[in-house]
Amino acid sequence: MSSAATDETVHFVLDGQPATARKGEMLIAAAERAGTFIPRFCYHPRMKSVGVCRMCLVEVSGPRGATLQPSCFVAVGEGMEVDTRSEKVKKAQDGVLEFLLVNHPLDCPVCDKGGECPLQDQTFAYGPGESRFIEEKRHFEKPIAISELVLLDRERCIQCSRCTRFAEDVAGEAQIDFAGRGELVEVATFPGEPFSSYFSGNTVQICPVGALTATPYRFTARPWDLDQVESTCTTCSFGCRVAVQSSANRLTRLLGIDSDPVNHGWLCDKGRFVFESTNGDEVATGPAPAIAVATAADEVDVVPATASQAVSLGPTRGQFAGEARSDHSVVSNRLTEPLVRKGGELVPTSWGEALGVVAEHLGASKSEHGAGSIGVLGGARLTNEGAYAWAKLAKGILGTDSVDAQVGDGLPAELVFGLPRATIDEACDATTVVLLAGDVREELPVLFLRLRDSVTNGHTKLLEISPVRTSLSAYAAVSLRVRPGDSPAVAASVVREGAPSLFAHPEGPTFSAEDLAAARALLAAPEGGRPGDGVVVVLGRPSLAEGAQVTAAAAAALAEALPGARFLPALRRGNVFGALEMGLAPGLLPGRVSLDAGREWFAAAWGGAPEAAGLDADGILSALAGEGEAPGSVTSLVLLGADPLTDFPDADLAVRALGAADFVVAVAGHPSPSTAHADVVLPAAVAHERVGTTTNIEGRVSRLGQKLVPPGQAWSDWMIAAELAQSLGADLGFGGVADLESEIAALAPSWAGFTPAVLDHLGAHDGLVVPLGADRGTGRAPIPTDPIAIPGVESVEHQGAALWVGLIEPLAGEGRPDLAGAQEKPAVGAGVAWRAETPRVPAPDSYSLRLVATRRLYDRGSAVASSPSLVALVPDAVARANPYDLDRIGATSGDRVRIRSARGAIELAVDADVHVARGVLAVDFNVGAGDGPANVAASLIEAGAAVNDVRLESLA
Amino acid sequence: MALTDAPRIVTSRMGRDDSHTLGRYLEAGGYDGLHKALSMTPEAVAAEVDEASLLGRGGAGFPAGRKWSMLRKAPVTYLVINGDESEPATFKDHLLIERDPHQLVEGVLIAAYALQVTQAFIYIRGEFALGLERVTQAVNDAYAHGAIGSDIFGSGFSVDVVVHPGAGAYICGEETALIESLEGKRGFPRIKPPFFPAVIGLYGEPTVVNNVETMSNLPWIINNGGAAFAGLGLGRSTGTRLFALSGHVRNPGVFELEMAKTTFRDLIYAPTLGGGITGGNTLKAFIPGGVSAPWFGPDQVDLALGQDEVAEAGSMLGSGSIVAMDSSTCMVRAAWRITKFFSRESCGQCTPCREGSGWLERVLYRIEHGGGREEDLDLLLDVSDNISPGLAWPPQQTTICVLGPSIPSSINSAISMFRDEFLVHIKEGACPYG
Repeated sequence: MSSAATDETVHFVLDGQPATARKGEMLIAAAERAGTFIPRFCYHPRMKSVGVCRMCLVEVSGPRGATLQPSCFVAVGEGMEVDTRSEKVKKAQDGVLEFLLVNHPLDCPVCDKGGECPLQDQTFAYGPGESRFIEEKRHFEKPIAISELVLLDRERCIQCSRCTRFAEDVAGEAQIDFAGRGELVEVATFPGEPFSSYFSGNTVQICPVGALTATPYRFTARPWDLDQVESTCTTCSFGCRVAVQSSANRLTRLLGIDSDPVNHGWLCDKGRFVFESTNGDEVATGPAPAIAVATAADEVDVVPATASQAVSLGPTRGQFAGEARSDHSVVSNRLTEPLVRKGGELVPTSWGEALGVVAEHLGASKSEHGAGSIGVLGGARLTNEGAYAWAKLAKGILGTDSVDAQVGDGLPAELVFGLPRATIDEACDATTVVLLAGDVREELPVLFLRLRDSVTNGHTKLLEISPVRTSLSAYAAVSLRVRPGDSPAVAASVVREGAPSLFAHPEGPTFSAEDLAAARALLAAPEGGRPGDGVVVVLGRPSLAEGAQVTAAAAAALAEALPGARFLPALRRGNVFGALEMGLAPGLLPGRVSLDAGREWFAAAWGGAPEAAGLDADGILSALAGEGEAPGSVTSLVLLGADPLTDFPDADLAVRALGAADFVVAVAGHPSPSTAHADVVLPAAVAHERVGTTTNIEGRVSRLGQKLVPPGQAWSDWMIAAELAQSLGADLGFGGVADLESEIAALAPSWAGFTPAVLDHLGAHDGLVVPLGADRGTGRAPIPTDPIAIPGVESVEHQGAALWVGLIEPLAGEGRPDLAGAQEKPAVGAGVAWRAETPRVPAPDSYSLRLVATRRLYDRGSAVASSPSLVALVPDAVARANPYDLDRIGATSGDRVRIRSARGAIELAVDADVHVARGVLAVDFNVGAGDGPANVAASLIEAGAAVNDVRLESLA
Repeated sequence: MALTDAPRIVTSRMGRDDSHTLGRYLEAGGYDGLHKALSMTPEAVAAEVDEASLLGRGGAGFPAGRKWSMLRKAPVTYLVINGDESEPATFKDHLLIERDPHQLVEGVLIAAYALQVTQAFIYIRGEFALGLERVTQAVNDAYAHGAIGSDIFGSGFSVDVVVHPGAGAYICGEETALIESLEGKRGFPRIKPPFFPAVIGLYGEPTVVNNVETMSNLPWIINNGGAAFAGLGLGRSTGTRLFALSGHVRNPGVFELEMAKTTFRDLIYAPTLGGGITGGNTLKAFIPGGVSAPWFGPDQVDLALGQDEVAEAGSMLGSGSIVAMDSSTCMVRAAWRITKFFSRESCGQCTPCREGSGWLERVLYRIEHGGGREEDLDLLLDVSDNISPGLAWPPQQTTICVLGPSIPSSINSAISMFRDEFLVHIKEGACPYG
């Protein structure tokens, strides 16, 4: 993906006109920049040229006169004379197109690509008009499924190798390649091995013909019937730009847009295909919602979250009372009407009644038990505007600070905002990237592609500190395996001389002294620089079974010793960064200021602000369950799209907390175990049904496009907040999203100057990093995007230089927002400080294994569960342990084992894995096994504990 | 056998049943050239080869010495020997591989020493089962003999040789496809630039790729001196050369002849060589240098068997494969058979060759089998022109490698020399030769 082009300029003659190119730039790109489109099939600006399709042949002057050369493979030379329109070029173009159609079936009327097909378009624009071929064409069986999602029509294929190159060069998984010879060359998988890539959808998007099609879109629409908006994917927090396409108020397809600072045009398959959940089609096969709990109306019954004991007590997905009614329930897998629990059952009602019930309960809770008795959990699913509206409602109107957008699976907001922040480009241009996060390919898939590219094609080296082998381990210069709880010690030892204490572990060290020395070398200060210059730390949660305080302590050790280092927080949930930015975290207010530093400012604007810092997710649920530091202090719970029964790492605590709550209101788009448990369910619009903005991992704010009208009576989150405020007798003061954006820009320090006009003018394509001026850039010249993959129905006439998505003018003097007007406001980051405490990690005992819980991309959350194409891809959870530890209990790969922790016990199949350190057990998080809980690992984890130890028992 | 008094340089041991054994080879002075080379400086060895003006025998005829000198500026990492001889009518390396593998191995070692390469690969066509067995045996025996391995013959020079079988693809005779194949990848020719493996070759390292026959000449050159080699032949065509004669001749086979001193007439008609056309028929046309070369008619039979002489007449000596076609030959069928070969063996990587070869083959088949149309002749030439613009020789190409422009040669020759024969096929709706 890296371009060889430099800043040096060379001059050449293009069709008789003087033109310039960057030295090293390929002719095809330089010509495009100069306004001359050269037809092409195999060339893709984000991949290495191969020059195989021969469509881009032009006449280039050389020592032996003008010869036909592939313009995708010839770097522009000084004084080069290029003719793109000569008779010879025209004949070559005619020839190549005629050749390509020789064996092409020309089944355009029944081909999904028809209407947006580069072969079709370029044949019209550059082809000979008719074919002289009268022979029998080549035939293949078709289509053949090469994966669950992708079908291959080998007759349509023109062997451009875009898909095979993507798989090998971009995704690093050469699961498809050419087989056969001559005109029988075909794209093929390896025998018995499907194209099981998380990135397979990209091959469909970049296919220049209809050879690769994806099952969710296949035969659903014609391109000219599609309508589209640009938006940002919020499946994870990476923030890939997408084109969202629909037909007849149903989403049909998502396509990646090439945003140079973010996704380079790529998407992961989850982000690409999970739109099905918005359509809300019933999923025939799929795991049942696993942890069903007692309803509030019933006697509280604590249900141990074990596979064998899961008891279904409440209504589950698709079983809502009254759902069979036909009036508004046109969409079967979405929440489309407000529901209120009556007589133990959730029944549809009006918004007025539902909001009245909520206002009455929350009002009573506040007046009887104080504002702090209301806990608000979730918000990462919301837009920035929705998050702000809910922050204003919760903190300004209700007055509670027990608000947390993260459900115990992230990092403290003070840590996220307190560390110097890196952009994605900075991470990909870093000398050394330290990975202190979960498996990036499972959590933030396109970040994996970017980091892999920077390692394989750039100069970045990876230092991984991880409890298990990840998809980036193979690319890491050094991969240090650490046992849970040890990362602070390891982090300290890679930045300081001296043998780490963990070398004294009874099971031996998990890495060698040589690895440690190599890691130290990677973090050595550059000549004349500070320690940490050129270092970016990707900071997430390496394991959900290890307390966030452990990772935070490791991060603090790195930050202290490496003052030049920057941090790219790798929290996964969709708009978690926007939610935190908008103040949906305890102790914070919108704009990256602490409650203490911003109280006066926001109290003046909002008419109120919390008196004291509240509880985080652990604290809220503990308090609800009558435990922890403030037992019983929280009695009511607002769920903003959160499903703690599935997602909270301590399932046992979540079950007890929701069981004990006096009142639970869930704002959600999809039914989940948690909505099944709520007293009131308020139907919310979901992705692609809302306008507003979202914020990605680097703090980049970009526009969300609305493509659909929300189904039934679902509302946008901000509207729900505004209407609920009305029911509580207050006025949030918003008539629309523009009002919200203006207020955020005026009040939130980190959004100073970030008005809707600035966003629409300067950040129309890529968005902008807040606070403005934080996007330090990399000096890399952006490259033209792939016109063939430009979404939508653009025909070849539009595939010119005008479509340089990804280019934004830098902030010019004129129109530059006035950043000086913020004196009275608290400064960005005011009062936001992270004080690392050394986590208390108990010594391991020799009978136990230390638990590691890592996420999988396809999980048992409600979005995947309601996406028919993805649900079959959700893996069954497995446990992995070192063969040494399996030997000790007499188990081998494939055996079933019982895993018992202080919280509960589960049974799983176990795999022997030498990449798991001795004394460690790795279990998948957010997936289940068979009909068991949706999140088996959560049944074992104790919230807040630094580490979780388990004992293993063979069932073989 | 030879018509001149030139010595037999590469076929001196042929005709003996045990010519492939180390014992026979040593008896006949085997490995003397290597001993001598090791006593010289690498530069002196290369200088001898330079002086011999040895043209590469693989087909392109690029001077071996110059190929090496392009590399002497930078250290060469690998030496690769191209023994993937797979073209119809080309079978001269086959002989050297099976009958005198030690001569090949010795040549490889001399070249390795001259280039100071410590790792050489001999890539042998996969179908050469006996050849693979014998070259492998020769390499193993040479290891045991101390000629390969660490500190060979006590010279302080170390070299390893690996024999690698091809997997049945003609395209792997193209040197960059061969390199890809050696690396374990599909045999797709690499796109140029870089133009030579000397710049980026095997595993991305500077690499020399030489032909089997080129290597087999080296022991003699070192033993007898480059000047002696250069004294044979005429002009740029020095030394002797193997010619593989096939087709309608009484005595097909491989003949070692002094370059440029004999003519096609000598080769085809001399009693000690081809022995004339079979069955009392007359010569209708001949292919002078492999099936990718443009054809010649009987009027050009007196051309000398020299590289430049053939090139000036509009074709190439190429791999030294001469196919004689007599008056009973159907030229449509001949062109179709050759095109079918290229169509089957096109690697499929780039469009004009992949699609064009199959299209041409289908049209020729149709004409040969009675379904031809008059416009098919223009179609054949124009489709050919889209693979090789101008249909000139030496050819231009729209393809990545030279397999593409090899396709039109026979078609263009057949149509321009025997247009009437095509028209008879078309008019009669059948092949007049039955």
